[in-house]
Amino acid sequence: MIHFDNVSKRYPGGYEALNQVSFRLPRGKMGYLTGHSGAGKSTLLKLIALIERPSRGQIILDGVNLSHISNRQVPYVRRNIGIIFQNHHLLYDRPVFDNVAMPLVIQGYRHREIQSRTRAALDQVGLLKKEKSDPITLSGGEQQRVGIARAIVHKPALLLADEPTGNLDPELSLEIMELFARFNQVGTSVLIASHDLDLIQHMGAQALSLKDGRVVHDEISPHVTTAGAA
Amino acid sequence: MRTGPKHNTLISAYFIHHARVLLGSLGHLTRHPMSTMMTMAVIAIALTLPSGLYLALNNISGLSEGWDSSTKISLFLHASVDERKAQTLLNRLQLHNEIDHVSLITKEQGLDQFKQLSGFGSALQFLESNPLPIVLVVQPIIDTKRPDRIDQLLKELESDKLVELAQLDMQWVKRLYALLEIAHRVIWAIGGLLGLAVLLIVGNTIRLDIQNRRSEIEVSKLIGASNAFIRRPFLYTGFWYGFSGGLLAWLLTTSSLYLLAEPVEKLALLYHSDFQLSGLSAGDTANLIMISCGLGLLGSWLAVGRHLDEIEPS
Repeated sequence: MIHFDNVSKRYPGGYEALNQVSFRLPRGKMGYLTGHSGAGKSTLLKLIALIERPSRGQIILDGVNLSHISNRQVPYVRRNIGIIFQNHHLLYDRPVFDNVAMPLVIQGYRHREIQSRTRAALDQVGLLKKEKSDPITLSGGEQQRVGIARAIVHKPALLLADEPTGNLDPELSLEIMELFARFNQVGTSVLIASHDLDLIQHMGAQALSLKDGRVVHDEISPHVTTAGAA
Repeated sequence: MRTGPKHNTLISAYFIHHARVLLGSLGHLTRHPMSTMMTMAVIAIALTLPSGLYLALNNISGLSEGWDSSTKISLFLHASVDERKAQTLLNRLQLHNEIDHVSLITKEQGLDQFKQLSGFGSALQFLESNPLPIVLVVQPIIDTKRPDRIDQLLKELESDKLVELAQLDMQWVKRLYALLEIAHRVIWAIGGLLGLAVLLIVGNTIRLDIQNRRSEIEVSKLIGASNAFIRRPFLYTGFWYGFSGGLLAWLLTTSSLYLLAEPVEKLALLYHSDFQLSGLSAGDTANLIMISCGLGLLGSWLAVGRHLDEIEPS
Protein backbone atom coordinates (compact mmCIF):
# COMPACT_ATOMS: atom_id res chain seq x y z
CA MET A 1 0.00 0.00 0.00
CA ILE A 2 2.79 2.37 1.00
CA HIS A 3 6.32 1.96 -0.28
CA PHE A 4 9.11 4.35 0.78
CA ASP A 5 12.34 4.03 -1.15
CA ASN A 6 15.28 5.93 0.33
CA VAL A 7 13.17 8.95 1.12
CA SER A 8 14.82 12.02 2.61
CA LYS A 9 13.20 15.28 3.56
CA ARG A 10 15.27 18.35 4.20
CA TYR A 11 13.44 21.55 5.11
CA PRO A 12 14.63 24.94 3.94
CA GLY A 13 17.23 25.99 6.47
CA GLY A 14 18.95 22.62 6.43
CA TYR A 15 16.94 20.67 9.02
CA GLU A 16 16.80 17.05 7.90
CA ALA A 17 13.50 15.62 9.10
CA LEU A 18 13.87 12.26 7.34
CA ASN A 19 17.03 10.55 6.23
CA GLN A 20 16.95 7.72 3.69
CA VAL A 21 13.80 6.09 5.00
CA SER A 22 12.72 2.86 3.33
CA PHE A 23 9.81 0.64 4.35
CA ARG A 24 6.71 -1.04 3.02
CA LEU A 25 3.26 -1.22 4.50
CA PRO A 26 1.42 -4.08 2.76
CA ARG A 27 -2.19 -3.60 1.72
CA GLY A 28 -4.68 -4.30 4.48
CA LYS A 29 -2.11 -4.10 7.22
CA MET A 30 -2.12 -1.97 10.35
CA GLY A 31 1.17 -0.45 11.43
CA TYR A 32 2.39 1.98 14.05
CA LEU A 33 4.89 4.70 13.62
CA THR A 34 6.80 5.40 16.81
CA GLY A 35 9.58 7.64 18.01
CA HIS A 36 10.11 10.69 20.14
CA SER A 37 8.68 13.98 19.06
CA GLY A 38 10.95 15.37 16.38
CA ALA A 39 11.86 11.91 15.13
CA GLY A 40 10.07 12.55 11.84
CA LYS A 41 6.73 10.80 12.33
CA SER A 42 4.60 13.74 11.28
CA THR A 43 6.84 14.51 8.33
CA LEU A 44 6.50 10.93 7.12
CA LEU A 45 2.70 11.14 7.25
CA LYS A 46 2.74 14.53 5.50
CA LEU A 47 4.78 13.05 2.68
CA ILE A 48 2.17 10.32 2.17
CA ALA A 49 -0.68 12.84 2.17
CA LEU A 50 1.30 15.09 -0.21
CA ILE A 51 1.25 17.94 2.27
CA GLU A 52 5.02 17.92 1.85
CA ARG A 53 7.19 16.62 -0.98
CA PRO A 54 10.35 14.56 -0.40
CA SER A 55 13.75 16.08 -1.14
CA ARG A 56 15.03 12.73 -2.38
CA GLY A 57 13.75 9.23 -2.91
CA GLN A 58 10.41 7.85 -4.07
CA ILE A 59 7.09 7.11 -2.47
CA ILE A 60 4.70 4.66 -4.09
CA LEU A 61 1.13 4.86 -2.81
CA ASP A 62 -1.33 2.22 -3.97
CA GLY A 63 0.82 1.62 -7.06
CA VAL A 64 1.12 5.33 -7.89
CA ASN A 65 4.49 7.06 -7.79
CA LEU A 66 3.78 10.26 -5.88
CA SER A 67 6.64 12.13 -7.52
CA HIS A 68 4.62 11.94 -10.75
CA ILE A 69 1.58 13.59 -9.16
CA SER A 70 1.16 17.22 -10.13
CA ASN A 71 -0.30 19.76 -7.72
CA ARG A 72 -3.56 19.61 -9.67
CA GLN A 73 -3.83 15.87 -9.09
CA VAL A 74 -3.08 16.04 -5.37
CA PRO A 75 -6.76 16.27 -4.31
CA TYR A 76 -7.58 13.05 -6.15
CA VAL A 77 -4.80 11.17 -4.31
CA ARG A 78 -6.01 12.56 -0.98
CA ARG A 79 -9.52 11.28 -1.67
CA ASN A 80 -8.15 7.77 -1.34
CA ILE A 81 -6.74 8.52 2.11
CA GLY A 82 -8.48 9.26 5.38
CA ILE A 83 -6.45 11.50 7.63
CA ILE A 84 -6.94 11.93 11.38
CA PHE A 85 -5.24 14.73 13.26
CA GLN A 86 -4.32 15.16 16.87
CA ASN A 87 -6.23 18.44 17.05
CA HIS A 88 -9.22 17.05 15.13
CA HIS A 89 -9.35 19.86 12.53
CA LEU A 90 -13.13 20.03 12.85
CA LEU A 91 -15.11 23.02 11.63
CA TYR A 92 -17.00 24.61 14.50
CA ASP A 93 -19.38 26.63 12.35
CA ARG A 94 -21.44 23.59 11.39
CA PRO A 95 -22.97 20.56 13.11
CA VAL A 96 -21.33 17.15 13.44
CA PHE A 97 -23.24 15.73 10.49
CA ASP A 98 -21.98 18.39 8.08
CA ASN A 99 -18.42 17.91 9.28
CA VAL A 100 -18.54 14.18 8.63
CA ALA A 101 -20.30 14.60 5.28
CA MET A 102 -17.61 16.92 3.87
CA PRO A 103 -15.57 14.32 1.96
CA LEU A 104 -18.75 13.02 0.29
CA VAL A 105 -19.87 16.52 -0.69
CA ILE A 106 -16.43 17.21 -2.14
CA GLN A 107 -16.54 14.03 -4.17
CA GLY A 108 -19.96 14.82 -5.56
CA TYR A 109 -22.10 12.14 -3.96
CA ARG A 110 -25.83 12.43 -4.25
CA HIS A 111 -27.87 13.80 -1.40
CA ARG A 112 -29.46 10.49 -0.43
CA GLU A 113 -26.15 8.67 -0.49
CA ILE A 114 -24.54 11.38 1.62
CA GLN A 115 -27.30 10.94 4.19
CA SER A 116 -26.97 7.18 4.46
CA ARG A 117 -23.17 7.00 4.35
CA THR A 118 -22.69 9.79 6.87
CA ARG A 119 -25.11 8.15 9.28
CA ALA A 120 -23.33 4.83 8.80
CA ALA A 121 -19.97 6.44 9.60
CA LEU A 122 -21.38 8.18 12.68
CA ASP A 123 -22.91 4.88 13.78
CA GLN A 124 -19.54 3.15 13.48
CA VAL A 125 -17.93 5.62 15.88
CA GLY A 126 -20.98 5.56 18.17
CA LEU A 127 -22.07 9.16 17.63
CA LEU A 128 -25.27 8.70 15.66
CA LYS A 129 -27.26 10.55 18.33
CA LYS A 130 -24.94 13.55 18.18
CA GLU A 131 -25.32 14.30 14.48
CA LYS A 132 -27.05 17.63 15.09
CA SER A 133 -24.70 18.76 17.87
CA ASP A 134 -22.11 21.47 17.44
CA PRO A 135 -18.64 19.94 17.63
CA ILE A 136 -17.60 22.47 20.28
CA THR A 137 -20.11 20.96 22.72
CA LEU A 138 -18.53 17.50 22.48
CA SER A 139 -15.81 16.08 24.70
CA GLY A 140 -12.25 15.60 23.40
CA GLY A 141 -12.80 11.90 22.80
CA GLU A 142 -16.07 12.53 20.99
CA GLN A 143 -14.48 15.20 18.81
CA GLN A 144 -11.74 12.77 17.90
CA ARG A 145 -14.36 10.21 16.95
CA VAL A 146 -16.08 12.79 14.73
CA GLY A 147 -12.69 13.28 13.06
CA ILE A 148 -12.42 9.54 12.56
CA ALA A 149 -15.94 9.33 11.13
CA ARG A 150 -15.01 12.04 8.64
CA ALA A 151 -11.84 10.15 7.71
CA ILE A 152 -13.64 6.88 7.00
CA VAL A 153 -16.97 8.11 5.59
CA HIS A 154 -15.80 7.79 1.97
CA LYS A 155 -14.23 4.37 2.66
CA PRO A 156 -10.63 5.21 1.80
CA ALA A 157 -8.13 2.43 1.16
CA LEU A 158 -5.70 3.95 3.66
CA LEU A 159 -6.14 5.59 7.04
CA LEU A 160 -3.42 7.86 8.40
CA ALA A 161 -3.53 9.09 11.99
CA ASP A 162 -1.16 11.54 13.58
CA GLU A 163 -1.12 11.15 17.39
CA PRO A 164 -4.87 10.43 17.44
CA THR A 165 -4.79 9.77 21.18
CA GLY A 166 -2.43 12.58 22.11
CA ASN A 167 -4.93 14.48 24.22
CA LEU A 168 -6.94 11.56 25.57
CA ASP A 169 -6.75 9.56 28.80
CA PRO A 170 -5.59 5.91 28.51
CA GLU A 171 -9.06 4.39 28.58
CA LEU A 172 -10.34 6.60 25.75
CA SER A 173 -7.08 6.07 23.87
CA LEU A 174 -7.58 2.33 23.92
CA GLU A 175 -11.13 2.79 22.69
CA ILE A 176 -9.90 4.87 19.75
CA MET A 177 -7.18 2.36 18.88
CA GLU A 178 -9.68 -0.47 18.94
CA LEU A 179 -11.81 1.53 16.56
CA PHE A 180 -8.86 1.67 14.15
CA ALA A 181 -8.34 -2.06 14.55
CA ARG A 182 -11.97 -2.63 13.56
CA PHE A 183 -11.56 -0.63 10.36
CA ASN A 184 -8.39 -2.59 9.64
CA GLN A 185 -10.32 -5.84 9.99
CA VAL A 186 -12.58 -4.87 7.08
CA GLY A 187 -9.58 -4.33 4.81
CA THR A 188 -8.47 -0.75 5.33
CA SER A 189 -4.72 -0.21 5.59
CA VAL A 190 -3.88 1.84 8.68
CA LEU A 191 -0.77 3.76 9.68
CA ILE A 192 -0.82 5.44 13.09
CA ALA A 193 1.85 7.74 14.42
CA SER A 194 2.02 7.58 18.21
CA HIS A 195 4.57 7.93 20.95
CA ASP A 196 2.47 5.91 23.38
CA LEU A 197 4.57 2.71 23.45
CA ASP A 198 2.52 1.05 26.21
CA LEU A 199 -0.62 1.41 24.19
CA ILE A 200 1.04 0.04 21.06
CA GLN A 201 2.36 -2.95 22.95
CA HIS A 202 -1.07 -3.56 24.37
CA MET A 203 -2.56 -3.50 20.87
CA GLY A 204 0.03 -6.03 19.78
CA ALA A 205 0.49 -4.48 16.36
CA GLN A 206 3.75 -3.99 14.52
CA ALA A 207 5.68 -0.76 14.58
CA LEU A 208 8.17 1.25 12.56
CA SER A 209 10.47 3.20 14.86
CA LEU A 210 12.11 6.42 13.86
CA LYS A 211 14.93 8.24 15.56
CA ASP A 212 16.35 11.51 14.29
CA GLY A 213 14.80 10.94 10.90
CA ARG A 214 16.13 7.39 10.43
CA VAL A 215 14.43 4.02 10.70
CA VAL A 216 15.82 2.25 13.76
CA HIS A 217 13.40 -0.64 13.97
CA ASP A 218 11.05 -2.01 11.34
CA GLU A 219 8.43 -4.65 12.07
CA ILE A 220 5.96 -3.77 9.34
CA SER A 221 7.87 -4.34 6.09
CA PRO A 222 7.73 -7.89 4.75
CA HIS A 223 11.24 -9.51 4.43
CA VAL A 224 12.68 -6.92 6.78
CA THR A 225 15.55 -4.92 5.40
CA THR A 226 16.34 -2.28 7.97
CA ALA A 227 18.35 -0.12 5.67
CA GLY A 228 18.52 2.92 7.88
CA ALA A 229 19.53 1.01 10.99
CA ALA A 230 23.05 0.21 9.86
CA MET B 1 -9.36 2.75 -6.21
CA ARG B 2 -12.66 1.93 -4.61
CA THR B 3 -13.78 5.39 -3.68
CA GLY B 4 -15.97 7.83 -5.55
CA PRO B 5 -19.49 7.53 -6.88
CA LYS B 6 -20.39 6.06 -10.25
CA HIS B 7 -19.68 8.14 -13.32
CA ASN B 8 -23.23 8.55 -14.64
CA THR B 9 -24.42 9.92 -11.34
CA LEU B 10 -21.47 12.31 -11.32
CA ILE B 11 -22.74 14.47 -14.17
CA SER B 12 -26.13 15.23 -12.69
CA ALA B 13 -24.53 15.49 -9.25
CA TYR B 14 -22.26 18.14 -10.75
CA PHE B 15 -25.19 20.38 -11.63
CA ILE B 16 -26.94 19.68 -8.37
CA HIS B 17 -23.73 20.63 -6.62
CA HIS B 18 -23.49 23.89 -8.57
CA ALA B 19 -27.06 24.79 -7.71
CA ARG B 20 -26.40 23.91 -4.10
CA VAL B 21 -23.27 26.08 -3.97
CA LEU B 22 -25.13 28.93 -5.68
CA LEU B 23 -27.85 28.84 -3.04
CA GLY B 24 -25.37 28.06 -0.31
CA SER B 25 -23.33 31.16 -1.02
CA LEU B 26 -26.54 33.19 -1.06
CA GLY B 27 -27.39 31.72 2.32
CA HIS B 28 -23.91 32.56 3.55
CA LEU B 29 -24.47 36.17 2.52
CA THR B 30 -27.87 36.42 4.20
CA ARG B 31 -26.34 35.18 7.45
CA HIS B 32 -24.22 38.34 7.53
CA PRO B 33 -26.86 40.86 6.43
CA MET B 34 -25.12 44.04 7.60
CA SER B 35 -21.80 43.55 5.85
CA THR B 36 -23.54 42.11 2.79
CA MET B 37 -25.82 45.12 2.51
CA MET B 38 -22.95 47.55 2.93
CA THR B 39 -20.99 45.89 0.14
CA MET B 40 -24.12 45.81 -2.00
CA ALA B 41 -24.76 49.50 -1.38
CA VAL B 42 -21.21 50.52 -2.24
CA ILE B 43 -21.36 48.56 -5.49
CA ALA B 44 -24.79 49.99 -6.28
CA ILE B 45 -23.70 53.58 -5.71
CA ALA B 46 -20.60 53.06 -7.80
CA LEU B 47 -22.80 51.77 -10.62
CA THR B 48 -25.63 54.25 -10.21
CA LEU B 49 -23.44 57.24 -10.97
CA PRO B 50 -22.37 56.19 -14.48
CA SER B 51 -25.77 54.70 -15.33
CA GLY B 52 -27.47 57.90 -14.20
CA LEU B 53 -25.13 59.99 -16.31
CA TYR B 54 -25.70 57.65 -19.21
CA LEU B 55 -29.42 58.09 -18.82
CA ALA B 56 -29.13 61.88 -18.65
CA LEU B 57 -27.04 61.92 -21.79
CA ASN B 58 -29.49 59.62 -23.55
CA ASN B 59 -32.34 61.96 -22.70
CA ILE B 60 -30.45 65.02 -23.92
CA SER B 61 -29.56 63.27 -27.16
CA GLY B 62 -33.17 62.23 -27.56
CA LEU B 63 -34.25 65.81 -26.97
CA SER B 64 -31.89 67.21 -29.59
CA GLU B 65 -32.80 64.58 -32.15
CA GLY B 66 -36.16 66.28 -32.56
CA TRP B 67 -34.38 69.47 -33.50
CA ASP B 68 -32.52 67.79 -36.29
CA SER B 69 -35.63 67.83 -38.45
CA SER B 70 -36.26 71.43 -37.54
CA THR B 71 -32.89 72.45 -38.90
CA LYS B 72 -34.03 74.74 -41.67
CA ILE B 73 -32.39 77.24 -43.95
CA SER B 74 -34.29 80.45 -44.51
CA LEU B 75 -33.59 82.11 -47.89
CA PHE B 76 -34.47 85.79 -47.87
CA LEU B 77 -34.89 86.78 -51.49
CA HIS B 78 -34.11 90.20 -52.91
CA ALA B 79 -37.01 92.62 -52.56
CA SER B 80 -37.24 92.92 -56.33
CA VAL B 81 -37.94 89.23 -56.79
CA ASP B 82 -41.59 88.60 -57.50
CA GLU B 83 -43.63 85.55 -56.66
CA ARG B 84 -43.32 83.98 -60.11
CA LYS B 85 -39.54 84.03 -60.04
CA ALA B 86 -39.59 82.76 -56.47
CA GLN B 87 -41.79 79.87 -57.57
CA THR B 88 -39.29 78.98 -60.30
CA LEU B 89 -36.47 78.99 -57.81
CA LEU B 90 -38.55 76.81 -55.51
CA ASN B 91 -39.17 74.31 -58.29
CA ARG B 92 -35.47 74.25 -59.08
CA LEU B 93 -34.48 73.70 -55.44
CA GLN B 94 -37.02 70.90 -55.04
CA LEU B 95 -34.92 68.86 -57.46
CA HIS B 96 -31.73 69.35 -55.44
CA ASN B 97 -30.71 65.97 -54.02
CA GLU B 98 -29.70 67.37 -50.62
CA ILE B 99 -32.98 69.13 -50.05
CA ASP B 100 -35.97 67.41 -48.63
CA HIS B 101 -38.55 70.04 -49.44
CA VAL B 102 -38.95 73.79 -49.85
CA SER B 103 -41.86 75.98 -48.87
CA LEU B 104 -42.62 79.51 -49.85
CA ILE B 105 -43.72 82.33 -47.57
CA THR B 106 -45.20 85.18 -49.55
CA LYS B 107 -44.78 88.77 -48.48
CA GLU B 108 -48.37 88.81 -47.20
CA GLN B 109 -48.02 85.60 -45.24
CA GLY B 110 -44.81 86.93 -43.77
CA LEU B 111 -46.50 90.10 -42.67
CA ASP B 112 -49.40 88.17 -41.14
CA GLN B 113 -47.07 85.98 -39.15
CA PHE B 114 -45.09 88.98 -38.06
CA LYS B 115 -48.23 90.73 -36.89
CA GLN B 116 -49.30 87.75 -34.87
CA LEU B 117 -45.99 86.92 -33.26
CA SER B 118 -44.36 90.29 -32.76
CA GLY B 119 -47.10 92.16 -31.05
CA PHE B 120 -46.59 95.16 -33.31
CA GLY B 121 -49.83 94.35 -35.12
CA SER B 122 -51.44 97.76 -34.80
CA ALA B 123 -48.26 99.67 -35.56
CA LEU B 124 -47.77 97.77 -38.80
CA GLN B 125 -51.09 99.01 -40.10
CA PHE B 126 -49.47 102.39 -40.65
CA LEU B 127 -46.97 100.94 -43.12
CA GLU B 128 -47.66 102.02 -46.65
CA SER B 129 -46.13 99.01 -48.34
CA ASN B 130 -45.03 95.61 -47.23
CA PRO B 131 -41.28 95.78 -46.47
CA LEU B 132 -40.83 92.04 -46.12
CA PRO B 133 -39.12 89.93 -48.79
CA ILE B 134 -40.34 86.59 -50.05
CA VAL B 135 -38.82 83.80 -47.98
CA LEU B 136 -38.10 80.26 -49.08
CA VAL B 137 -37.79 77.81 -46.21
CA VAL B 138 -35.48 74.95 -47.17
CA GLN B 139 -35.59 71.69 -45.28
CA PRO B 140 -32.25 70.02 -45.95
CA ILE B 141 -31.68 66.26 -45.77
CA ILE B 142 -29.56 65.89 -42.67
CA ASP B 143 -26.67 63.50 -42.80
CA THR B 144 -25.51 63.35 -39.19
CA LYS B 145 -22.31 61.65 -40.22
CA ARG B 146 -21.36 64.59 -42.46
CA PRO B 147 -22.31 67.79 -40.67
CA ASP B 148 -20.10 69.86 -43.00
CA ARG B 149 -22.45 69.17 -45.93
CA ILE B 150 -25.02 71.54 -44.58
CA ASP B 151 -22.45 74.35 -44.64
CA GLN B 152 -21.70 73.61 -48.28
CA LEU B 153 -25.40 73.69 -49.06
CA LEU B 154 -25.74 76.99 -47.23
CA LYS B 155 -22.94 78.56 -49.32
CA GLU B 156 -24.37 77.14 -52.49
CA LEU B 157 -27.80 78.61 -51.77
CA GLU B 158 -26.36 81.96 -50.74
CA SER B 159 -24.54 82.26 -54.05
CA ASP B 160 -27.81 82.22 -55.98
CA LYS B 161 -28.43 85.64 -57.51
CA LEU B 162 -32.03 85.78 -56.31
CA VAL B 163 -31.01 85.20 -52.70
CA GLU B 164 -30.06 88.09 -50.54
CA LEU B 165 -29.42 86.16 -47.34
CA ALA B 166 -29.30 82.47 -46.43
CA GLN B 167 -29.57 81.81 -42.76
CA LEU B 168 -29.05 78.62 -40.79
CA ASP B 169 -30.26 79.07 -37.23
CA MET B 170 -29.30 75.76 -35.81
CA GLN B 171 -25.58 76.26 -35.45
CA TRP B 172 -25.86 75.61 -31.75
CA VAL B 173 -27.23 72.13 -32.38
CA LYS B 174 -23.85 71.22 -33.78
CA ARG B 175 -22.16 72.68 -30.77
CA LEU B 176 -24.48 70.66 -28.55
CA TYR B 177 -23.50 67.53 -30.45
CA ALA B 178 -19.85 68.26 -29.90
CA LEU B 179 -20.52 68.74 -26.20
CA LEU B 180 -22.50 65.52 -26.04
CA GLU B 181 -19.61 63.71 -27.67
CA ILE B 182 -17.29 64.98 -24.94
CA ALA B 183 -19.84 64.06 -22.27
CA HIS B 184 -19.97 60.55 -23.75
CA ARG B 185 -16.24 60.14 -23.33
CA VAL B 186 -16.35 61.53 -19.80
CA ILE B 187 -19.03 59.02 -18.89
CA TRP B 188 -16.95 56.21 -20.28
CA ALA B 189 -13.98 57.35 -18.24
CA ILE B 190 -16.04 57.69 -15.06
CA GLY B 191 -17.75 54.40 -15.75
CA GLY B 192 -14.40 52.70 -16.26
CA LEU B 193 -12.99 54.08 -13.02
CA LEU B 194 -16.06 53.16 -11.03
CA GLY B 195 -16.09 49.70 -12.63
CA LEU B 196 -12.54 49.31 -11.40
CA ALA B 197 -13.73 50.42 -7.97
CA VAL B 198 -16.41 47.72 -7.99
CA LEU B 199 -13.73 45.18 -8.92
CA LEU B 200 -11.60 46.27 -5.98
CA ILE B 201 -14.54 46.31 -3.57
CA VAL B 202 -15.60 42.80 -4.48
CA GLY B 203 -12.00 41.61 -4.52
CA ASN B 204 -11.32 42.98 -1.07
CA THR B 205 -14.56 41.62 0.36
CA ILE B 206 -13.79 38.17 -1.01
CA ARG B 207 -10.24 38.39 0.32
CA LEU B 208 -11.58 39.01 3.83
CA ASP B 209 -14.06 36.20 3.35
CA ILE B 210 -11.24 33.84 2.37
CA GLN B 211 -9.29 34.82 5.46
CA ASN B 212 -12.31 34.24 7.69
CA ARG B 213 -12.81 30.79 6.22
CA ARG B 214 -9.18 29.83 6.34
CA SER B 215 -9.68 26.73 8.49
CA GLU B 216 -12.51 25.53 6.28
CA ILE B 217 -10.29 25.88 3.22
CA GLU B 218 -7.44 24.07 4.92
CA VAL B 219 -9.61 21.15 6.00
CA SER B 220 -11.24 20.97 2.58
CA LYS B 221 -7.84 20.76 0.92
CA LEU B 222 -6.78 18.03 3.34
CA ILE B 223 -9.74 15.84 2.55
CA GLY B 224 -9.27 16.10 -1.17
CA ALA B 225 -11.17 19.17 -2.36
CA SER B 226 -9.92 20.39 -5.72
CA ASN B 227 -9.07 24.05 -6.16
CA ALA B 228 -12.14 24.44 -8.36
CA PHE B 229 -14.33 23.10 -5.57
CA ILE B 230 -12.88 25.54 -3.05
CA ARG B 231 -13.00 28.44 -5.49
CA ARG B 232 -16.64 27.90 -6.41
CA PRO B 233 -18.46 29.30 -3.34
CA PHE B 234 -16.31 32.43 -3.46
CA LEU B 235 -17.00 32.94 -7.15
CA TYR B 236 -20.71 32.56 -6.57
CA THR B 237 -20.47 34.98 -3.65
CA GLY B 238 -18.86 37.50 -6.02
CA PHE B 239 -21.62 36.83 -8.51
CA TRP B 240 -24.29 37.54 -5.89
CA TYR B 241 -22.56 40.74 -4.86
CA GLY B 242 -22.51 41.86 -8.48
CA PHE B 243 -26.08 40.78 -9.15
CA SER B 244 -27.57 42.38 -6.06
CA GLY B 245 -25.45 45.51 -6.49
CA GLY B 246 -26.64 45.78 -10.09
CA LEU B 247 -30.28 45.37 -9.10
CA LEU B 248 -29.92 48.01 -6.42
CA ALA B 249 -28.20 50.34 -8.89
CA TRP B 250 -31.12 49.87 -11.27
CA LEU B 251 -33.52 50.63 -8.44
CA LEU B 252 -31.59 53.76 -7.46
CA THR B 253 -31.38 55.00 -11.04
CA THR B 254 -35.04 54.34 -11.73
CA SER B 255 -36.22 55.94 -8.51
CA SER B 256 -34.10 59.06 -9.04
CA LEU B 257 -35.61 59.27 -12.50
CA TYR B 258 -39.06 58.99 -10.98
CA LEU B 259 -38.23 61.87 -8.65
CA LEU B 260 -37.07 63.98 -11.59
CA ALA B 261 -39.89 63.13 -13.97
CA GLU B 262 -42.45 65.61 -12.66
CA PRO B 263 -40.28 68.76 -12.50
CA VAL B 264 -38.82 67.92 -15.90
CA GLU B 265 -42.30 67.60 -17.34
CA LYS B 266 -43.21 70.98 -15.87
CA LEU B 267 -40.11 72.53 -17.35
CA ALA B 268 -40.84 71.00 -20.74
CA LEU B 269 -44.37 72.38 -20.58
CA LEU B 270 -42.96 75.86 -20.11
CA TYR B 271 -41.06 75.34 -23.37
CA HIS B 272 -44.23 74.08 -25.11
CA SER B 273 -42.66 70.65 -25.39
CA ASP B 274 -44.21 67.29 -24.61
CA PHE B 275 -40.77 65.95 -23.75
CA GLN B 276 -40.73 63.10 -21.22
CA LEU B 277 -37.79 61.52 -19.44
CA SER B 278 -37.07 58.04 -20.72
CA GLY B 279 -35.81 55.45 -18.26
CA LEU B 280 -33.43 52.54 -18.67
CA SER B 281 -34.67 50.31 -21.45
CA ALA B 282 -34.87 46.55 -21.03
CA GLY B 283 -31.62 46.27 -22.96
CA ASP B 284 -29.91 48.89 -20.79
CA THR B 285 -31.11 47.13 -17.66
CA ALA B 286 -29.85 43.78 -18.92
CA ASN B 287 -26.50 45.37 -19.74
CA LEU B 288 -26.27 46.98 -16.32
CA ILE B 289 -27.01 43.70 -14.53
CA MET B 290 -24.67 41.75 -16.79
CA ILE B 291 -21.80 44.20 -16.37
CA SER B 292 -22.35 44.22 -12.64
CA CYS B 293 -22.44 40.40 -12.41
CA GLY B 294 -19.35 40.25 -14.60
CA LEU B 295 -17.49 42.69 -12.37
CA GLY B 296 -18.51 40.71 -9.29
CA LEU B 297 -17.31 37.44 -10.81
CA LEU B 298 -14.09 38.96 -12.11
CA GLY B 299 -13.33 40.65 -8.79
CA SER B 300 -13.81 37.46 -6.84
CA TRP B 301 -11.88 35.48 -9.46
CA LEU B 302 -8.89 37.78 -9.05
CA ALA B 303 -9.06 37.68 -5.25
CA VAL B 304 -9.45 33.91 -5.15
CA GLY B 305 -6.61 33.42 -7.61
CA ARG B 306 -4.31 35.57 -5.50
CA HIS B 307 -5.16 34.32 -2.05
CA LEU B 308 -6.32 30.72 -2.31
CA ASP B 309 -2.93 29.31 -3.19
CA GLU B 310 -1.46 30.96 -0.11
CA ILE B 311 -3.54 28.69 2.08
CA GLU B 312 -2.03 25.23 2.17
CA PRO B 313 -2.45 22.72 4.98
CA SER B 314 0.69 22.22 7.05
